[in-house]
Amino acid sequence: MLRQLEGSRAVAETVARCRPAVVAAYPISPQTHIVEALADLVTAGELASCEYLMVESEFGAMSACIGASAAGARAYTASASQGLLFMAEALPNASGLSLPIVMTVANRALGAPINIWNDHSDALSQRDAGWVQLFAASNQEAVDLHVQAFALAERLSLPVMVNMDGFVLTHAMEEVDVPEQDDVDAFLPPFQPRQWLDPDDPVTIGAMVGPGAFTEVKYLMADRQIRALDTVTEVAAEFRAAFGRDSGGLVRPYRTDDAEVVLVAMGSTLGSATDVVDDLRAEGVAVGLLGIGCYRPWPYDEVRAVLGGVPRVVVVNRAIAVGAGSVLGRDVRLSLPGGTTVVHDVVLGLGGRPVTRAGLRELVLDVLAGQVPDETLHFADLDREAVHRELAREAALEEAAR
Amino acid sequence: MTTTLYQIGTFAAGNRLLAPEQRAVQSSTERGNAITSGHRACRGCGEALAARVVLDAASRASSGRMVTVNATGCLEVFSTPYPESAWQVPWLHSLFGNAAAVASGVSAALRATGRDDIRVVAQAGDGGTVDIGMGCLSGMFERNDDVLFVCYDNQGYMNTGVQRSGATPPAASTATTRPVGTSVGNAFGTGKSLPLIAMAHEIPYVATATVADLHDLEAKVVTAMSMHGARYIHVLVPCPLGWGSASAETIRVARLAVQSGLFPVFEAREGAVTAAMTIRAQVPVEDYLRPQTRFDHLFRGDGRPDVVAALQERADRNIARFGLLAEQPDNPPDGRPQDPAPLEKETP
Repeated sequence: MLRQLEGSRAVAETVARCRPAVVAAYPISPQTHIVEALADLVTAGELASCEYLMVESEFGAMSACIGASAAGARAYTASASQGLLFMAEALPNASGLSLPIVMTVANRALGAPINIWNDHSDALSQRDAGWVQLFAASNQEAVDLHVQAFALAERLSLPVMVNMDGFVLTHAMEEVDVPEQDDVDAFLPPFQPRQWLDPDDPVTIGAMVGPGAFTEVKYLMADRQIRALDTVTEVAAEFRAAFGRDSGGLVRPYRTDDAEVVLVAMGSTLGSATDVVDDLRAEGVAVGLLGIGCYRPWPYDEVRAVLGGVPRVVVVNRAIAVGAGSVLGRDVRLSLPGGTTVVHDVVLGLGGRPVTRAGLRELVLDVLAGQVPDETLHFADLDREAVHRELAREAALEEAAR
Repeated sequence: MTTTLYQIGTFAAGNRLLAPEQRAVQSSTERGNAITSGHRACRGCGEALAARVVLDAASRASSGRMVTVNATGCLEVFSTPYPESAWQVPWLHSLFGNAAAVASGVSAALRATGRDDIRVVAQAGDGGTVDIGMGCLSGMFERNDDVLFVCYDNQGYMNTGVQRSGATPPAASTATTRPVGTSVGNAFGTGKSLPLIAMAHEIPYVATATVADLHDLEAKVVTAMSMHGARYIHVLVPCPLGWGSASAETIRVARLAVQSGLFPVFEAREGAVTAAMTIRAQVPVEDYLRPQTRFDHLFRGDGRPDVVAALQERADRNIARFGLLAEQPDNPPDGRPQDPAPLEKETP
């Protein structure tokens, strides 16, 4: 049933219908409305037999989820930005111990300077933490990805992070269909842990592994991540069959056939980008769009299949790899070895600066007009006058000091 | 009814004199043996001994329905060199600083899934308790999560090579508090008492114990396991490597820590001290310090009688505060002190 709901409320109701046994969370903007709504649902008794732990930190939140999951319970948390970094030590621990925890990340910039608004710096900083990372393009997809995330996590015995843009999605009111309880129950069977801390059959979890076996353990982890690509596709197909709509999956190509230029993006940017593609196509510009739904594991083959023959690719980066360029753009380049495709690595929408239709349209036209470099990172929405002024001032100070 | 047997050395003889229900868990051939022999602890390791006693007692108290969560540290490293494991109980190690939060999660999961007959015991060294694990532990305390948290306090980061922790006593030499120049080792006026901090959370049960009195340690674990909510036991465990004591002297050194008054052994409920183990005859702190090379610099050459005196003052303050001397008129024979005096931080 379609209802007018805030994204956070819709996600909280969906998570509740996935019947987590333990929710452990610490509030941080812009994740707060999710954990507030879940607290209400647990307190009101609408979430039967669920324990809500109001922990003292995000490190505590992820640690409590690790304990809960190892004890055989479905565990959930949500965080963002500094909070995600504060739990960073526990993230590879959860994946290393193969614990199927699900976490929502309400994507937000990393400080300093402190900034509560949206970009993807937080999630991408945890690129190598061993978590499956999904990105929602809309609130409907955020809802649907949570149902899929629990299925995915438990089928793979791996933790899954569902990314949804902070404020842009979490605080947006729009029509959303929250799957009915019966339908979720049919899709998501009760959690059957691969092992748990059973007093009748004691196991040692988290032993110290030395050089003799460490590489092999890591190899098996890496292998399972790659195999997760198939499971992401499989779960998305099952979801389509059960709920009658497309959500999730690895990649989402849109009007990429015969395209001269293809935008690559993740998250809520895909909405505006789709409109820009339609507008420009109507004007006769051969532009397409590739949405990345699953960032980790990286869908290498699927990205190459779409972008392989495309003359120009524009990667919309909502995070930078300081001192090295971009994060998403590097993955895209790795998918295009030895080809003729020109990749424009573009940064925009950092720290909540809006990624608008007008901005994306201008970007595509600038690329086609040859005004965007393809070898260096290009800041598309930069106030160049401001940075040039500052650079000149610094240069003058250095000069004066000499 | 409490039977107190004054003995030196093993409690085996005492066990034979006791009624069967009062005998130590360790005296039974039926004990669970939570941690088996063959692990890689050093000779004379106080922590290995305490962990076995604590978990065997907790295991028996819960009829074997128990899960253990372990912080990173010596205990974790020497007990689980993959593919070996010394643990005969379900055991989970996640990270250094999060044992309390992991245990809270385990406890919540067991409650949510209707398995709350299974009890949770978390354990960590002093670093994982008073320093890096403090935030999570305080959270566990204030939420009153149903977890028994046990700290094996060997007063330093022994696993990484004997560096100072927030539980290292003043004047101790560690790898980061060498008595070089004008330094007397670890600075006076630093460090913290986690038992007192735990009491400030007004949790149901706080106790201290040492490996010098395993019967007392067991009894405290059994008491803790008979209760629910957040419970904390702080066990002094000498570390021959880090303290520079002989590996055969672990029990004696722990006993001297108690008998000198430097380590008060007491119980507290809901934030108030309810019992303290009295000392029959106080020994000078020097008797405790001398068998440990970490205090050698206090006795070399002319020695540092001023520093020894400062440590003695610290011990005397503990004795006054917790009413540790049996003959004190205001200290009833059942060990209940009256109006513990506030502990003041000493100045260097």
